[in-house]
Amino acid sequence: MDTPESPEAGTPNRRGFLNWLLGTSVGALFGSVLYPVARFLSPPEIPEASTRQVEAGAVNDPELLEKGFKILRFGNEPVILVRLGDEEFRAFAGTCTHLDCIVEFHKEPGRIWCNCHNGEYDLRGRVVAGPPPRPLEAFQVDLVAKGAGQPKTVVVSRA
Amino acid sequence: MSRPASRILDWLAERLPLAAARDFASHKTVPVHRYTVVYYLGGMTLFFFIVQVLTGILLMLYYRPSAAEAFESVEFIMTTVPYGWLIRSIHSWSANLMVFFAFIHLVTVYFTKGYKSPRELTWLTGCALLFLSMAFGFSGYLLPWNQLAFFATKVGTDIAGAVPLIGEWLLRFLRGGDRVTGGTLSRFYGWHVAILPAISLLMLGVHLLLVQLQGMSVPPTVKEEAARRRPMRFFPNFALRDLFGWVLALGVLLAVAALFPWELGEKADPFAPAYKDIRPEWYFMFMFETLKLVPGGEIAGIEYEAIPILLFGVAALLMVLVPFLDQRSRTTGRSPTFTAIGSVSLVYMVGMTAWGYRSLVPVYAMLLTFLVMVVLSLGTRRVPRTGPKP
Repeated sequence: MDTPESPEAGTPNRRGFLNWLLGTSVGALFGSVLYPVARFLSPPEIPEASTRQVEAGAVNDPELLEKGFKILRFGNEPVILVRLGDEEFRAFAGTCTHLDCIVEFHKEPGRIWCNCHNGEYDLRGRVVAGPPPRPLEAFQVDLVAKGAGQPKTVVVSRA
Repeated sequence: MSRPASRILDWLAERLPLAAARDFASHKTVPVHRYTVVYYLGGMTLFFFIVQVLTGILLMLYYRPSAAEAFESVEFIMTTVPYGWLIRSIHSWSANLMVFFAFIHLVTVYFTKGYKSPRELTWLTGCALLFLSMAFGFSGYLLPWNQLAFFATKVGTDIAGAVPLIGEWLLRFLRGGDRVTGGTLSRFYGWHVAILPAISLLMLGVHLLLVQLQGMSVPPTVKEEAARRRPMRFFPNFALRDLFGWVLALGVLLAVAALFPWELGEKADPFAPAYKDIRPEWYFMFMFETLKLVPGGEIAGIEYEAIPILLFGVAALLMVLVPFLDQRSRTTGRSPTFTAIGSVSLVYMVGMTAWGYRSLVPVYAMLLTFLVMVVLSLGTRRVPRTGPKP
């Protein structure tokens, strides 16, 4: 900084010292106010219970029979369960890899479809058309017998 | 100044009346006399208001205004969010300091007759701002949804219900129903973060504009002294002193907020018995304590309880209208009657607050404030020059 009093560059003087003192104090003040604010603004990590497996209901669930698919709560993530036949089910991550929308299943062409930007996946989760960059993550589906006379239960687990 | 900065300023100056503003600021002065120290009190109140706006916005990022989640979200802020405890503690402390300084500001303006013509509008907007601060305090008190706040709100809104004629309507209006519920919380939240800030900003704008246009009022008793002494330039002399005060206030605020963090208490339970000492914020204490003294019963269809409420209403109205009632101070500059009324009111308020807490701390606080003001005003005394003029 150039002050009229500075006699020579590099020589300390009173004005320069005071300016330095004031500058660092103001800097420290702003720093000590802005640091906590910045930390406050960044949301804390909240640990989520990790889910390995969920029961998706009976194989003859009316919603599954009617629409051919169902969105499950897999912990905090949505998972799409698709019914292809009485004993044939598939499950994939329910969020489109394009921009995070939740997908649905269209029975007619047999495709998983995202309404946001017309992303289309086949029944193995591979991208067929539209903007999605990656295939849907596949989940494992097992049918578990619950007892004599009872319909089997669909169990979805992380592959 | 570096070239880009001066070019930006030139660009702005072609579009905005910067020269006029600079001219106004450079000619603005502040009178100097033995009471000059009171001119800093409004700015101090403004500082705490700014702190409230900033910390309030931060708290809104995590707070959830519902009976099911409010307490938990404040708990989350205080235990999990980094520095959340500090931000909330600052918000609570600064709220109290803001009301305190607004009150001291009002008291000094009252006793120095700063309200007299032509500053009636400044006084009116100032009174409005004080009432708004109290409404902020009352509505904000409920937001953590703890036991103390829940019962204080029940009591506070119930008192509003005792107002003759409009009481029942007022109670339902405040509570958003017949009872204090989650609906009351949503309503208080709306007032606290939207309606009151909007009105306050408008009032504050008018208040500050009037202060800028009319300048500081010189108390009648020191007119001669102010005429004799050279006024202080607002920029930079007064502004820098103001800034110094703000930095000091920030330091004190951070220290008390960190050393005495504001408590959260227990979650509100509408079906638990009230605490032993349910009490409002300290600035409502004198009214709360007065109401306690009134026995039950009614006269001519009016409940006894309504009488002090009406009297407080009338007193507040008289305070607001004082620039129009006190005609003597306009002509002669002195009005001992109003000084006496003010003194009695002040003694009553401090006394009842002390009685309410069964403690002399409010009295000491008042005396200490007075002492600090005296010391500061002596500190700003003119030092006679002894040496030759430079």
